[in-house]
Parts: sequence; structure tokens; C-alpha cells
Amino acid sequence: MSIKSEPITINLGPQHPSTHGVFRMRVTFDGETIIDVEPIFGYLHRGSEKLAEERTYTQVVTLTDRMDYVSSMLNNQGYILAVEKLSNIKPETRGVWLRMIASELQRIASHLVAVGFLIQDLGAWGTPLTYAMREREKILQMFEMLCGARITNSYMRPGGVFMDAPQQFWDNLSSFIDEFPAAVDELERLLTSNEIIFSRTKGVAVLTPEQAINASITGPILRSTGVPWDLRKNDPYDYYDKVDFEIPVHNAGDNYSRYLLRVQEMRESLKIVKQCVDFIEPGPVRPHHDDVPFLLRPPKGDCYVAIEGSKGELGFYLVSDGSISPYRWHVRSSSLINLTLLREMLIGTLFGDLFVTFGGIDINMGEVDR
Amino acid sequence: MIGFGLIKGLSVTFRNLFSPVFTVQYPDKRVGVFGLAKSRNLSILQLFKEDSKQFLYAVLGLATVKVKNEQFPRFRGNEFVWYDDRCTACASCAKYCPLGIIEIVTHASGENLQAGENYAIDKFDIGTGRCMFCGLCVEACPYDALHMGTDFERGNYHRSNLVLDKETLISQVKNPSSWFRPQFEEKEYNPWDSEISDYKEAGRHEKLSNEKIKQNWVNKRKFNG
Amino acid sequence: MFEFIYNILDFLFDLVIKDIMFETYILTGLTGIIIGFAVINGVLGGVLALIWGERRLLGRFQQRTGPNRWGPQGILTSTADAVKVMFKEDIVPEEADKYIFNVAPLLLVIPVFIIFSVIPFGISLYAVDINVSALFILAITSISGLSIICAAWASANRIAIFSALRSVAMLISYEIPVGLSLVGILLICESMSVMDIVIYQKIPFILIQPVAAIVFFLGSLAEINRTPFDLTEAESELAAGYQNDYSGMKWGLFYLGEFAAAIAAATVFSTLFLGGPNGPFLPGIFWLTIKVVAVLFFIIWIRASWPRFRIDQVLNLAWKGLFELTLVNIIVTSIAVIIWTDADSNRLIYIGLANWIFAFPFVILIFKMLKTSNYQDTNKESMSYPIGSDTPKFMKEKS
Repeated sequence: MSIKSEPITINLGPQHPSTHGVFRMRVTFDGETIIDVEPIFGYLHRGSEKLAEERTYTQVVTLTDRMDYVSSMLNNQGYILAVEKLSNIKPETRGVWLRMIASELQRIASHLVAVGFLIQDLGAWGTPLTYAMREREKILQMFEMLCGARITNSYMRPGGVFMDAPQQFWDNLSSFIDEFPAAVDELERLLTSNEIIFSRTKGVAVLTPEQAINASITGPILRSTGVPWDLRKNDPYDYYDKVDFEIPVHNAGDNYSRYLLRVQEMRESLKIVKQCVDFIEPGPVRPHHDDVPFLLRPPKGDCYVAIEGSKGELGFYLVSDGSISPYRWHVRSSSLINLTLLREMLIGTLFGDLFVTFGGIDINMGEVDR
Repeated sequence: MIGFGLIKGLSVTFRNLFSPVFTVQYPDKRVGVFGLAKSRNLSILQLFKEDSKQFLYAVLGLATVKVKNEQFPRFRGNEFVWYDDRCTACASCAKYCPLGIIEIVTHASGENLQAGENYAIDKFDIGTGRCMFCGLCVEACPYDALHMGTDFERGNYHRSNLVLDKETLISQVKNPSSWFRPQFEEKEYNPWDSEISDYKEAGRHEKLSNEKIKQNWVNKRKFNG
Repeated sequence: MFEFIYNILDFLFDLVIKDIMFETYILTGLTGIIIGFAVINGVLGGVLALIWGERRLLGRFQQRTGPNRWGPQGILTSTADAVKVMFKEDIVPEEADKYIFNVAPLLLVIPVFIIFSVIPFGISLYAVDINVSALFILAITSISGLSIICAAWASANRIAIFSALRSVAMLISYEIPVGLSLVGILLICESMSVMDIVIYQKIPFILIQPVAAIVFFLGSLAEINRTPFDLTEAESELAAGYQNDYSGMKWGLFYLGEFAAAIAAATVFSTLFLGGPNGPFLPGIFWLTIKVVAVLFFIIWIRASWPRFRIDQVLNLAWKGLFELTLVNIIVTSIAVIIWTDADSNRLIYIGLANWIFAFPFVILIFKMLKTSNYQDTNKESMSYPIGSDTPKFMKEKS
């Protein structure tokens, strides 16, 4: 004899401590098991793609910072690569090395935010979060030395970087490179072999590689299912083919491997920064304004450039009609495409796994809604 | 062995119990007697003789000391610096601003008729209520007349007070930051120690051609990490 | 203590009034009021100190200062909190059941204060001495489950009922291991009174009954809804659960009751297992305070370091882990008690050794068994670093 039970629907609303931004979910439960999830987003839509049609190419750089506000340098880099491809600009060497240093530092900062808030949602009352934020604070101070702003830094310009780095930046960077591995070791010692984290995240919300490829998921989620695809290796841009690094790939596809993969990626990014500092040569960082004017007028045409952002493949599609503003600008945002598999991952799990899975996908609402 | 992961976690937090505090208490910091004496560069006896009221507060644990947070020379802050004797009201800054904040109104001044007439500026408003401090206006100025400032605390009760009009810009204290102004960095200038109120001290950065820049780099000391 | 105060009051009364009816009853009532007043105020002072201490200590674990503005070193922070909470508006939802809604916080707070009436603070400093006080403590603590379900049901709020049902399942499951873990101590002391247990502890019982101490500690952490078992008020998931609709002083009573329950659990643990007020030079009340502070430090340390469990893992731990450990403990202790009877002088040491040798290995065995019951393990070969030259695993299997 079975007891008759009724499923209940709960609205985890836009204001919630654990959704990373304004995100709404209608979840249907049968007891504690999840039977249906309906995500509703769009609360942070600001119309960036329409606004870009009235701004010049350099002014759109300030719009790209604010899309995924946790990894601004990566957004800048993708957009500038698209503009350079469209107008056939050859970038300056030192500018490209500085771009790579800034992007890899930003990737470390973004992964620190992801890992810190994932463990906060698991219930450790803020201790791993404060350790991660302590390291991120050092990176943001370095960005302030470099370009004057900590988070929304419009640092890159077509052809290179905005301004050269001061001497204080190089001193700070070398001491950061020496101290950072110890900090990651401390974070790992606190978390990676913790039995409570094992039992909460291992074997939960498993993705198979076929599911991931069919839904066009990219980034750390794809690499945690066993597919070794990283745009820095498979389709290199900038000078990523000149530096030597590895990409971690796991086979399990559950929450634990996504968490561990991000920690390992942080160490690899630090290796890239170290090699860039060794390879960099003196020179100008930006082409002269006789070659590349302030008001850029690319020839007619369109192009699509994709880079490996911190959350997956970040693509920029630009159409130009010869004037000073783009005719159409579209962003293939990685968080939005990664969000489409949320329902399949969550059906069948318990309520305690909802926010852990959501944190493991690492979504940023600024990028989803643009 | 089981359970050891949990015990490792406990040991990490325990070790951090004895490490120094990483946060900064801003804008003022609670200090004891020793901290108060150190902040005024006195010994404890001298502090007792000079200012016994604060000494009593410090013993009871109620004294505070002002704290200045660390900022760097390129910080893009509020309090824009505008040298009006250099500005020609070309309105490049107004055209380049993505949000259209700067408002410039001029009339023909009747001076310098040989070289084309100068503009006389009626209105030069920067509406910082909607500014995002991107610095594109500073990048656009061809004569280095507009610079970013260094402040970030300008809370106000009325929106109209957030607009910096011409008189405010001329009369306020000028601490330009070195964002897009390499001439400040060559002088090793720190925006909070000194103020630059005259344009002749600020100077103008000459934009060299590409070959000259490369030659300068070869002549300078090579960066050796 | 009771006779002491009674005699003082009798003396004072005789100075004023010579002889009235029901004099003994009046004097007994007044003595009771004075003792109750002292105990409740002491506990409330302890709660205020605990709130401040926990916030400062959590801050130091996270490399930041805790609250240090109100008063020297921030001591008056809890007073400021209490004053703020009293001035807030008292909102009762429209569809709520008003009488149960108002009564639920009281049901949480009052039983916690009753526990402190049977705890000895010194050799003769206690409020009441019942001869079944251990059973009395266990019975009183189970009333708090009723308050949670009352609060959630009266709020007419889906999320509140969700968290309250979880919490009640957890509370009911953990009462059995907590109760059974005391059976070993009762067998050794042959008495259920807490005074007798304290007098019997020449060596603290944590060294003699390690399994019972571990089970009792984890069980009381679950009863007071603390990390790693704080899934009722899992702020990151449900944003305060059953306390959602409470505001003003009613919520203040919930907050107070939670911290008072933490102090009560620490006090009961240190009385039954650590020896209570026993100690060499200082008076008993100092030793009890030191032991309670040490146990509270340990609880806060755990809160700062570990994430929380999920509800099915919590229930698994209770029924499949701790319950069996208590049974093992009872078997080993009862055999040891029969072998070394009261006539022996070093009885406690022998029983302790028997427990460590025979009962403690079961702890390791049961935790190992629990580890592999719920999830599949990612093996070592899945954490490799192929750079893209290897064909991925699923392609290999297909062809």
C-alpha cells in the first residue's frame, strides 16, 4: 500500500542568497526529490547589443566589461580580437603579452569567486570564501595599479593594450607569483579531502560526454566529462601556442570533479603568467594613431571570434558597414548555453543538491542576460 | 584513513586563528593605548601628559584613529581636474563620452581673430551622477586640459549637487591622477602628497611617432624581471 | 543552597513579623523565586557573552576582526542587538494561526532554562536534586521539537514547513542514540542522579567511555541545530526556514533560545562526561565555567571549518551509525561492570581499558562502512591530464 502524496511547487525567487545574481526557478518537489525545474531569467537585461549600435568601436569596450562582471579582461580580449580580425590590424607584441598576463590573472580571480561561493553554498560559514577573497583582493589591487579600476577595467584597445604597466606592477606580480601556490595549497588542504564535501558532491548530477556535446556545453563542465577541448590549445589565439601549459581533464562528470578542475586550472594559469613575464620584450604597447585612428572605420563585412573565457567559449560576432559604429553585435555567452542543461542535471536529485549543482555550473547573470 | 580530511580542515582554521588580520577598518580604526601613542609618535607618558582625555578613552577601549586606504597613482576617481586656461572648448571629451555627460556651451569671444576666433566658455558641466569613470574623455583631450581625479567619496543629498559646473571645477583642489598621462609617471608624482594647481607644472605629453617610441625603448633600461 | 537561603529569609522574616499562617509555604515560595531568578539571569548573561564571543571568534578564524565598535572590544554588541530587536514591528501573517504562532517561541525557550535547575554548579550549589535527573534532562530537551513544528505550521508558509519537517525528522532520530549513550554511565554509577554522577567522577568519563562521549557530542550537535547539522536554517538554501515569518521580540526569543540551547548542551556534556565542578584548587563554579567554555570553543571551531550534511546523510548517520555504536557500548560496559564490581578499588581504570580496546575500533569500522554507502567514488585514473593527444574515452569505447 502506497501513501498518496502530492507534489508541491516552490518559487525560488529572484532575490535569494544563493543564486548568483537575479535568477528565478520554479521547482516541483515530491518529498525531497526534484521532479521538474523551470528556470526563468532576464531580470538583468540591459540591452547591451542594441546600445552598441550607437557607440563607436572603442566605446563598446566599456560595454563589454559589464557583461560578465567577474571576468572583465576576458570579455575585453575577445571583443578586441574580433575588431582586429575585422579591420586587419596587426597587434603590437608587447601589447599582446600584456593582454595575456591580464587575462590569465582575471581567469584566476574568476575561478576564485566560483570556488569560494560554491563552498559557501555548501554551508561552510564563510571561511573558504574569505580565504579566496583574500587572494582575489591582491589581484584586484594589481589591476588598479595597471589600469586604474579594479573590476570594470576597459584596459584593451584595438591593436594592443591601453597603457604600459608601471614598475610597481612588476614588483607586485613577482611577489604574487611566489606566494600564490601556498594559498591554493591551503585552500586545498581545507577542502579537497574533506569527507563532508565528498559525500555532498561526488556522484551528484553526472553528465555524460554525449549529453554535453549535444547541448553545446563548453568550458570546465565539458572538460569534467572527459572531452579534452580547450580553445587555447585547439584553436590558439594571441600567443598561446608559444607558452607551455596543460589542461586538466577529468572523467567523472560530477560536481566534485568540476570543483577540483577549477582549482587545478588556477595553478596552470599561474604557470602561463610566469612564462609571459619571462618572454616579454620592451616596445610600444599600442599602434600609433596614424596607423590605427581613434575613430576606427573597419571595411564592410562580418566576423566571428571565440576565445576560452573562464566559463566556456565566449564568442563575438561583429557586422560592420564601414561607419564608426558596428551595424550589429552579438555575443555567444557561455553561461546562457551552459544553463540549458540545468533541468536534465537536476531531475532525480534531492533538494540539498540544487544549489550545489547550480554553483558548480558557475553561472554569471550579467553574461546570461547581457 | 577516514576522518583525517575533516581533521586537516580543522588544523587549517586553527592555524589561521593566530595570523594577523587581513581586513582594514575604514574610515577609523579602534586602537588601544599603544596604538594611539604610535599613531602620534609619542611615548605613553607623553601622551598621558598631553591629552589625558584621549588616554582615558584608549584605556577604556573607546579611542579611534583615522585610516587612509592604499590607492595607486592611476586610480580613476571623482573630482575631475580641469585647467581652464588650456581648454579650447573643442568638445572632444563631450563627443567621446559614451554616456553624453559633459555639456559645453560657448560663444565667439572676439579674441585672437587672426588665428580663427577663440571660444569663450559659458558652461562646462560634468554630470558625475551618471558617470562610469571610464576615462575616455581624458583619453580624447588633445591638449591635456582634463584629467581624472583621485577621490571616491562624494555622497550627496541632492542629485543637482552631483553636477560639477565651471566654477566648481576651477576652484576645487586639483589632484590629477596619472591615468593616460605618462608625464606624471616620469616625474614620480604621487597624487595625494601634492596638488598641481598650475597647468605649467602639469605639462603636456607629446605624442611621438612609432619609430621614436621604439628608439626610446632601446635607449632605456631593458626590463629584467 | 536551598537551606542556606531559607534560613536567611526565616531570620529576616522573624525580625519583622512574628507569626503568620502558611509561613513555611511563603518562605519556600520566596526562596524558589530567588534561586530561579539567579539561575535565569546567569544563563541570560551567558547567552549574551556567547553571542559576542562567537562572532569575534568566527571573525578571527576567517582572518578578520569581529564586531568591535559598541563598547570596549565590542562587548555591548549583544545589548545593542537586543534593543534593536525589541523596537522592531511585530508582524503576524494574515493566514496564520494566531495562538499557536504566539506560543511557539516560548516552547523553545522555556525548556532550556529548566535544564539548568538540576545541574550542580558546585558541591552544594544546585537548585534541585532529583534522583532521576539524567532522565529528566533527556525528557525536557525533546519538547523543543514541538516548538519548531508549531512555528512552521502556524506560519502557513510552504518553505517553513519544508525546513521544519526536515528538522523534526532529525530531532526524533537523534534522541535515541543520545539517550542510549547514557546507559553506560548509569550502569557504572548505579544511579540516575546527576549529583551522584559528578561525585563518582574521580577520572572524567570521557576517558572511560569514549564511544559514548563521541555519540553524545554528535547527538547534541544535532539536537541544537548546529553545523554540520544545521540544515533547518540553511541560510543559503531556505533563508531561515521556520523562523521566516517572525519579527521583533518573537524572533529574538528564537535567537536567544538557540544560543541558550548551545550553552545547555555544553553544560550537560561537561557535567556528565568531563566531571562538572571537580577540580583541584579553584572553587567548583570556576572549573565548570572553564569546561563549558572549552566545549563551546570546540563547537564554534567546528562551525567555522566544516560544510553541512544533507538530510538523508544525517538520518543515515543516526540510524546506521550512532545507534549501533551505542549498542556496542552497552554490551561492552555491562560485561565489564559485572566482572569488576564495586569492591575493586581501580574499577574505573579497568572498565576504561576494556572500552578502549573493545569498543573504540567499532567507531572506525562503522565510519568506514558509512563512507561508501551513498556515492560512487571517482577513482585515481579519472584525474589525469591528457593534453588532447589521447582520444577521449567514450570515442574509444564506441569504435
